Amino acid sequence: MSAITHPLRSLQIPERWNAAPKWVRIGTIVLALALAFYLPFLNILPFAYVRTDLSPHGSDWASVLFLVVVYMIAAAGLNVVIGLAGLLDLGYVGFYALGAYSVALFGSPSSPVTEWIAQRFGLSEGWAVPFAACIPIALAFTMIAGVILGAPTLRLRGDYLAIVTMGFGEIIRIIAKNADPITNGAAGITNVPVPPGPEIDGRSFFNTSDAERWYWLALVMLILLIWLTRRLEHSRVGRAWLAIREDEDAAAIMGVPAFKYKLWAFAIGAALGAIAGLLFGSKQQYVEPGGFHLQLSFLFVAMVVIGGSGNLFGALLGAFLITYLPERFREFQEWRPFAFGVALVVVMVMRPQGLWPSRRRAREFADRRHEAQEAAVDV
Amino acid sequence: MLLQLEDAVLTYGKIEALHGISIEVDEGEVVALIGANGAGKTSTMRALSGIRGLASGKIVFNGEDVTRLRADQRMRRGLVLTPEGRGIFPGMTVTENLDMGAYTRKDRAAIAQDLERAFGLFPRLQERRKQVAGTLSGGEQQMLAIGRALMSRPKLLMLDEPSMGLAPMIIQQIFQIISEIAQQGTTILVVEQNAKQALSRADRAYVLETGNIVKAGTGAALLDDPSIREAYLGVA
Repeated sequence: MSAITHPLRSLQIPERWNAAPKWVRIGTIVLALALAFYLPFLNILPFAYVRTDLSPHGSDWASVLFLVVVYMIAAAGLNVVIGLAGLLDLGYVGFYALGAYSVALFGSPSSPVTEWIAQRFGLSEGWAVPFAACIPIALAFTMIAGVILGAPTLRLRGDYLAIVTMGFGEIIRIIAKNADPITNGAAGITNVPVPPGPEIDGRSFFNTSDAERWYWLALVMLILLIWLTRRLEHSRVGRAWLAIREDEDAAAIMGVPAFKYKLWAFAIGAALGAIAGLLFGSKQQYVEPGGFHLQLSFLFVAMVVIGGSGNLFGALLGAFLITYLPERFREFQEWRPFAFGVALVVVMVMRPQGLWPSRRRAREFADRRHEAQEAAVDV
Repeated sequence: MLLQLEDAVLTYGKIEALHGISIEVDEGEVVALIGANGAGKTSTMRALSGIRGLASGKIVFNGEDVTRLRADQRMRRGLVLTPEGRGIFPGMTVTENLDMGAYTRKDRAAIAQDLERAFGLFPRLQERRKQVAGTLSGGEQQMLAIGRALMSRPKLLMLDEPSMGLAPMIIQQIFQIISEIAQQGTTILVVEQNAKQALSRADRAYVLETGNIVKAGTGAALLDDPSIREAYLGVA
């Protein structure tokens, strides 16, 4: 693997990027963004081969792009928890589900919750919380859930935390499946609201067939969240996370209230997961518990870890690869889990720090390996 | 008294590591705590710094009962530990590590001054200020840990085995710097296996054996104590 990465490193991309004049950097970013927004209409050969709808069984290209971006948002959130604060959360799908369910339960006129509220307060039939108001509700719900999950469990370390969070993810799904009077159980909730927008040809702007509009919406969200998490990473909070991740006791000794900051990492990660889930549920206009299996949690973790935990762009790369590749190669459907497993093993053996790790994370890995070698010599 | 540890009992599960020890440190003193491997030295430090809670007993620091406070709260009150071994942040650079020492402070000008002071004490760190801490030598890491603790302007600096795993020449150097720090007015509690160095530089010392304080006295007196000489200094 190092034979592959060395030529890459000799290009000195980070160094050149930092040395480039400001207008080059801004120009590159603008071009990349323009390309990202143009992607759904990409139809120029040979580039069009990246599309997923070339074969008759292919998936809708814009919908795939939308899902990629939604998962990127989730990966960015999980990167805060795993990559920055160093907490292994295997129940991240729980937050994703909570985000989707919040918008469904409060925004859909046919959900038991809105029906109950309408009845209780004598509101008109078909009343529901408007989409825009569902966003703060979803954020509040998941952040509270993050704190409720974190408060007792963040005192645990490593593997114990992983197992407890995994349980949390399952609890959310099982409640959604069995609490029929609230969530409609396995039948799910229909009529999940979509964002407001001008009507075009008698259909709402965000509808089930024009997926590229959803993709653009998600992309705007993603860019906003990238900016936010970057700011967070380089703030005092980010420094505290870094210290906790590297050595929790040492961080506490230096005056970092570790528990408080870990809780923050959980809550912020949860909020990002909620936004991803909310977008997903809203586009589907239908939410059901079957969409939030534990497997998705593992997939989210795989995105962050394969991509390179600690580096936001690594996590985004991971999310892209893990979402896009299986869609692109749908023809090889039956081989996908196999290929995924092999790829996972290969990456973890050859490049445990991930494909595009943060430099700091790579150093920490090197340090740990060094320590292990020293320990081995001592024995 | 700056620090009083009273009847401290510390347990790991069913095993009792400290059987009710009492230690006092007065302002301006250098106090040493010596003992063999497994005597409970590091446990005492963990209890004092708040990394590990006491099963019973009391810790009073600067007139305040801090027994129930978390490590970060005690640190904010000036009770600062330099942990045993590699207690630095390996992925951060030397300067970033030192900056972490000043995490709780907001007075930027004074922080910059203290950074200069730390570099003055440890010129080696200044040479390597951009180097990643995990790649430093053992002695340099120990210097970094001490420098980082100083960045918080501690009232009481607790050093856990500063000589661990270091070459004799480096040990000498580290202890010289510790004396220098003490002369500049910082109270120090140092835990050591290297009894000779610790006793010769301490005003007072305690001897810890299997979780009990078995002897206490001035550093000089303990250095002359025949039983100490036999047990810890390797001279009959």
